[in-house]
Amino acid sequence: MSDLEEFRNEVGTTGSVCVKGGGTRWDVGGEVGQGVRVVSAPSGIDAYDPAEMTVLVGAGTTLTALAEVLAEHRQEVALAGPVGSTVGGALAVGWNSIRRQRVGFARDALLQAECVGADGKRFKAGGPTVKNASGYELCRLLVGSLGTLALMGRVILRTTPIPEWSLWLRGSVTPADVVKSCYRPASILWDGSYSHVCLEGYEADVQREASALIDSGMVKVQGPPSLPPHRNRLTGDLPEGAILDVAIGVAHCPEAAAIQCVDPAVKCIADRMKANFDPHRRLNPNRDPYSVPA
Amino acid sequence: MVHKMPSGTDELIADLADAIGAGRVTAGGAAREIYGRDSSIIEGGHSGPVCFPESTRQIAECVRVAVAHGRDFVPRGAGTGLSGGAVPCNDPVVISTTRMNRILEVDVERRIAWVEPGVINLDLSRHLAGTGLHFAPDPSSQQACTIGGNLANNSGGPHCLAYGVTSEHVAAIEVVLSDASTVLLGAEVGDAVGYDLRGAFVGGEGTLGIAARIAVRLTPDPPVVRTLLLDFQSLVDAAETVTGIIAAGIVPAALEMMDRNTVEAVENFVEAGYPRDAEAVLIVELDGLEEGVTHEIKIVKRVGNENGVGTVRVAADDVERELIWKGRRNAFGAIAHIKPGYYLHDTVVPRTRLAEVVAKVNEAVERHDLIVANVFHAGDGNLHPLMAFDPREPGVMERVYAASEEIVRIAIEAGGVLSGEHGIGLEKRGFMPLLYSPDDLSAQRALRDAFDPVGHANPLKMFPTGSSCGDVMHLAEVPEGVWV
Repeated sequence: MSDLEEFRNEVGTTGSVCVKGGGTRWDVGGEVGQGVRVVSAPSGIDAYDPAEMTVLVGAGTTLTALAEVLAEHRQEVALAGPVGSTVGGALAVGWNSIRRQRVGFARDALLQAECVGADGKRFKAGGPTVKNASGYELCRLLVGSLGTLALMGRVILRTTPIPEWSLWLRGSVTPADVVKSCYRPASILWDGSYSHVCLEGYEADVQREASALIDSGMVKVQGPPSLPPHRNRLTGDLPEGAILDVAIGVAHCPEAAAIQCVDPAVKCIADRMKANFDPHRRLNPNRDPYSVPA
Repeated sequence: MVHKMPSGTDELIADLADAIGAGRVTAGGAAREIYGRDSSIIEGGHSGPVCFPESTRQIAECVRVAVAHGRDFVPRGAGTGLSGGAVPCNDPVVISTTRMNRILEVDVERRIAWVEPGVINLDLSRHLAGTGLHFAPDPSSQQACTIGGNLANNSGGPHCLAYGVTSEHVAAIEVVLSDASTVLLGAEVGDAVGYDLRGAFVGGEGTLGIAARIAVRLTPDPPVVRTLLLDFQSLVDAAETVTGIIAAGIVPAALEMMDRNTVEAVENFVEAGYPRDAEAVLIVELDGLEEGVTHEIKIVKRVGNENGVGTVRVAADDVERELIWKGRRNAFGAIAHIKPGYYLHDTVVPRTRLAEVVAKVNEAVERHDLIVANVFHAGDGNLHPLMAFDPREPGVMERVYAASEEIVRIAIEAGGVLSGEHGIGLEKRGFMPLLYSPDDLSAQRALRDAFDPVGHANPLKMFPTGSSCGDVMHLAEVPEGVWV
């Protein structure tokens, strides 16, 4: 509690402020600019009950540190990011794991967020239980908002069981054919020539599904392919050197794509949202969730 | 006696009829009586004209005309909601989506279906039969409730334990806002760029706008499904089994619990084959691939044995499986065999505290001289204590309200929340300050106002109206004539 109060004091009530996690995806949505005060969210795991499948964690905690503790009970969360990235950063960016079809969307992982608003007051979004229809879905709004509506200090995340067995395969079977022969693969990536498929579950089931794909010409590989650095929404043919995450329509590309136009009607709601939460635009100034290619 | 509508209503009706056709507008006393309530026990709502648009454009016209006349509008699906979200206050224009019941497009390969909001939940999955896909949210009212209503309440159902609530199955929504404009939120595949306005809209209980077309994600049918029935001589043992199953790393497709009163009512009603002498039964459904399901059955049996299970019955075939589920689905109706009226509550608690909370709830309800039956989604801690009573009995409703307030307080004190799937509506808006501080509620207000800055979309729902915590469920805090 004291950590959160300290975080609130750091954010204060005036002046431009941004929250920095691991800084691994710092330029997403635009640099915050000069003269902006940088604050950090508390870190550390405050409560974890594996039987509840929830974890209460400071937003400044690294994903690696969290994963280590959860793995002791064979659990994980749906957040992903480069080494050094934090829970709060992963939520602010809101990118999905390439294993999205197994672990779920990043935005569904956040059950509760204790935040500091632009007015310097603390507020809570969501609730501590795995199911909650009490009020508006603020948590989903916060995920992917790049810290432009409020700054997350501490969160409760949903955990999921780590599967007993996991296997990656690569081959020229099309994603559509993979879907036809497998029940809910964890990941399907497509590089224009080959599918890269992750199967997860109980060992015997995984081996059986893998056998069918191997019979179709796929081979076992160590893990996913190395993903190019830029995330773009696929709008036409897959660019040279790109890898498509089939489930979420995001192409990992060697080059950044142009920012797409946003429907003015959508932008109108978004602008009102920003104005309602942060009327003086002090939170993560210059950063815009709509200035990203995907 | 039918409530008299305010002045200007004749002009409003004429303008609505001009906009969408006279055959799609009604303002007769009977209609306003019917549309003055939903499936909650909230009575006394006052409906204005009721519209039955058949297209997005016609929904927008209803909104435009209503707001031009200074009236609010209330979206309505099948009216199966249990929290009063569709109960009209202050003679609003009620916009029923029941004529917008077309399944517009099914893309099997991309596992997406575009539907109109009035499509009945079960009709979509029936339509999908043979494709190997289904629509996962399955509230108990799925034979009657609409997908638009599911979206508004972020509905759940037994199988949302493994598959997630409605939000996880809604990809994109065409929304009519309170300024009568139309906007597309979300994306068919993956996340839309920017704020997750789709996610913010789902669960908005019709206070943010009206969903006019919905792209839902379709879920592949599991190759193997096994349904188990476990009976216990103690509700604590059943609850410990729930905890043990989750702690063992299994997330069943469904994990439902029923207590003795429910079992008795169900057996008297549909003869589902539940052991009548059990204090509690669990329905555990496991699905997936063969080896995994077989393995998980063994674990469930082991955990049950560790907690004093009587028998573990694995449904031998689809007929037996369907019978087990028939009992669960008919549980609420079966309670009518105990008493003619019931009030179904909906709260969530940490699943590790289920037994303790159910014991406290039972004690509280019985202290108010009411019968309680528990049938609930144990796997995610979603309690549904059901109070059975005879509404003709003098003073009974006061006891029901008093017990309700205690149930809510017990859940909150145990670290729970107000609602798992029924929403807030009018029923629980007075309780919101128990869960949220004024600053928490201000943040929620900021979200709402971004969608509906003029405040005409289903107002008076969700937020308390200036009352203190001590006034929860007090008649004075709800609009005149409306009682909970």
